[in-house]
Amino acid sequence: MTTNRPDNTTHPPQTDQTPSIPTANDGSTATSRSTPASTINANARGNKTIVNSNTSTDSPAHDSTAAEASSDAKTDEMLLTVENLKTVFDTDDGTVHAVDGIDFTVQRGETVCIVGESGSGKTVTSESITQLFKSPPGSIADGSVVFDGIDLASRTEDELTDIRGARISHIFQNPQGALNPVYTVGWQLIEAIQLHRNVDDDAAREDAVDLLNRVGIPEASSRLDDYPHELSGGMKQRVMIAMALACQPDLLIADEPTTALDVTIQAQILTLLRELQADFGMSIVFITHDLGVVAEIADRVVVMYAGKVMERGSVYDVFESPSHPYTKALLECLPGRGSLGGIPGSLPDPTAPPTGCRFADRCPYAVEECTVGEQPVFESVGGEARDEDIEHEVSCVHYRSAADPSVLDQLDADRSSVPQERPSGRTVGTRDGEGGVARE
Amino acid sequence: MGKGVSPVSDQSGAARTEAPLLSVRNLTKHYPITTGLRSKEVGRVRAVDGIDFDVYPGETVGIVGESGCGKSTAASSLIRLEEPTEGTVRFDGEDITRYDQAELKAFRRRVQMIFQDPESSFDPRMSIGEAIAEPLAVQGLTDASRRREIVVDLLERVGLAAGDADRYPHELSGGQKQRVGLARALSMNPDMIIADEPVSALDVSIQSEILALMTDLQESFGLSILIISHNLAVIRQICDRVAVMYLGEIVELGTASEVFTNPQHPYTRALLASIPTADPTDRGTGIELTGDVPSPSNPPTGCRFHTRCPELIQPDDYAFEQSVWRRVMDLRQKLDGGTVDVDAIREGVVTEREPSETPDDVSATETKARLRDEFAIPQSLGDSRAESVLEAALDDLVSGNPAAARERLATEFATPCESQSPTLEDATAGQTASCLRLENELPPTELEQTVRSD
Repeated sequence: MTTNRPDNTTHPPQTDQTPSIPTANDGSTATSRSTPASTINANARGNKTIVNSNTSTDSPAHDSTAAEASSDAKTDEMLLTVENLKTVFDTDDGTVHAVDGIDFTVQRGETVCIVGESGSGKTVTSESITQLFKSPPGSIADGSVVFDGIDLASRTEDELTDIRGARISHIFQNPQGALNPVYTVGWQLIEAIQLHRNVDDDAAREDAVDLLNRVGIPEASSRLDDYPHELSGGMKQRVMIAMALACQPDLLIADEPTTALDVTIQAQILTLLRELQADFGMSIVFITHDLGVVAEIADRVVVMYAGKVMERGSVYDVFESPSHPYTKALLECLPGRGSLGGIPGSLPDPTAPPTGCRFADRCPYAVEECTVGEQPVFESVGGEARDEDIEHEVSCVHYRSAADPSVLDQLDADRSSVPQERPSGRTVGTRDGEGGVARE
Repeated sequence: MGKGVSPVSDQSGAARTEAPLLSVRNLTKHYPITTGLRSKEVGRVRAVDGIDFDVYPGETVGIVGESGCGKSTAASSLIRLEEPTEGTVRFDGEDITRYDQAELKAFRRRVQMIFQDPESSFDPRMSIGEAIAEPLAVQGLTDASRRREIVVDLLERVGLAAGDADRYPHELSGGQKQRVGLARALSMNPDMIIADEPVSALDVSIQSEILALMTDLQESFGLSILIISHNLAVIRQICDRVAVMYLGEIVELGTASEVFTNPQHPYTRALLASIPTADPTDRGTGIELTGDVPSPSNPPTGCRFHTRCPELIQPDDYAFEQSVWRRVMDLRQKLDGGTVDVDAIREGVVTEREPSETPDDVSATETKARLRDEFAIPQSLGDSRAESVLEAALDDLVSGNPAAARERLATEFATPCESQSPTLEDATAGQTASCLRLENELPPTELEQTVRSD
């Protein structure tokens, strides 16, 4: 496997000689469901050369043929392609670079988990897909979000409204806050159905009962007349899922959907999502900070930090051989895995992101190279991949073709041989004379 | 670290020589449900319903359970932020439930609380320094410069800088705010800290930072810690002993290592099984609790967990597969609740057919088959006698006589779990659990073995 190969998501600019290969960058991606407007859009996009900043333009031409051939079959399955997405917020303190040039893809029927700490930009990423953030101050500064051949990033608000809820649905962390307390759940569910489909009240009500049944709410017909406060948290989240499924979306974006729930209810909701995905064949973008949940539900994992993607690959590869130091650190933080102490330091200032690797400041393996230039380009991790279709890539200088990633293991070994110091930038004072701090 | 500071002991404290710092007996907190102008009591929410546990000096005890199990109410009523309905709480030998206001104020110097949401537990208009110094002022330290000294010292101890004293809560991250929460709790130099979900609102990396800080501080201040959490991983990481609560009662109590590696109560096993493991090759553990926690205003009879228990005891006369038995009981419980709608079942069958058909065209056999499907009960039970009972009950139900079906199932498919209340009994050394399976020394079910082998 060549380490220099562009990732699957980025195809070299198409030429007229290869019109038969539809790609995300290509106007010919019009599918049966795309609207006439997509043609205009494709023209608009033509002016903007979208090149993955991480893979740069120097990818060898001869290699691209192979890449195209292998990705030929797959591009049909590609539902969402996010390329070089940059979302910024203009604030009084300066421009916040919440999402700063990320790339990922979602195939039909797969679950992609975006994982990271708070402030890593994962929620803004999910909101950028259908531009749910408030604008201004938020705006997409650069990049493209191609959903089934349609570039959402350049769509007008009205066009997006047609897509939101109908083809891309969202569910949120707090079901309490997402439901209107003064209307019955039935009213809200029927509203969602009638907003996108031209059906009469009776038919909509029947659909609503079916949906509630489908998401495992017992006695659905009587639940329709309940108000949100009469339902438990798990039930409310089921109602939210029912609402999101009302129009059989192609893509479900779930932003921390189980974080507010108990672990037993979380297990139920995750099982439900898996079943629904199998039934409806939809893709899921799942945002979470809980690596346990990721392991439970993901096919593909995107690890984000400070607005950049640090590592991406199949769930098996990322958990079995976490390669970026940040992924490693995140896994170490899981209670019962490794040592207490967290990741020393804190996220960089999002208004003035540092040069080089965003994580360099907190990285135990950082070398001088890490602090200069751009975020390192994606390199293939190599090794035996569990899922051959999903490349395991990492944005770290230690994985450059010339570098030897085993240096990380070497460093690990060195550190475990010396007495472990708590890896904390902020040391806890261990003054003598315990007690008596405050007592007079 | 708290671990190993004090010798292991069971609830009776037999192995301990020292007296417990906190001793809770029969702690009960009921909220009356009232109606009308005269606030006539029509019912009670039994948030905490008679719990017993001890916390020894220097020990970390965890209370774990789903939301609504009463763990937070237990914490706030044991330091009388809310008046307990019943029970005694002995702190350092004295019963604090009898304290008057002055004594209570003095007591609260010795026990401090940390809350879940660091955002809302600070006054946004008070600087960090003022927030930490406030308890000092309340407790009568009038010298402002001395207060300042203490604040600076505490900030450094929790890993912040002295200069942070002049910052405001909104300038700090969640983790930093929780550090300030710890500093404020420590300002009274307490003997004990009660932490209610101290890390639930934090990122996993910050969580482990705060937990490390808590164990460090415990060591240097000689604190006892009572930590309330729904996160079993957190409890496992820092606790010496664990109490598992369900619907206002403690169902299992023991050393953390025993409870997590050798859980005795089916609820503990189910909780442990629902934690997602960070291993994509190990998805879905097989045990999944059905339904939600029942309402504490009307808790189930007998063992409170019997409505969800996957290891429910079977009647002696019949032989079920355990999972099928659970589903049959789900049907029975639905019937008892009067929520099985046979007409809806018929309508469900009709929608998949020719539009000309009406629900009346659906035969009894089809309805019964659909009913079994709804509850995931196989079309034929392995035990022929059990099968005939179930079939008869379904016949009653389909012919419009749910009362007879209820009656039949209640007499034939009775389980001791619904009538007898289990008591906390010694299961193994250092571990007690309340389950009739243990009391009757029944053999473990297959489910139990699955968890053990994990």
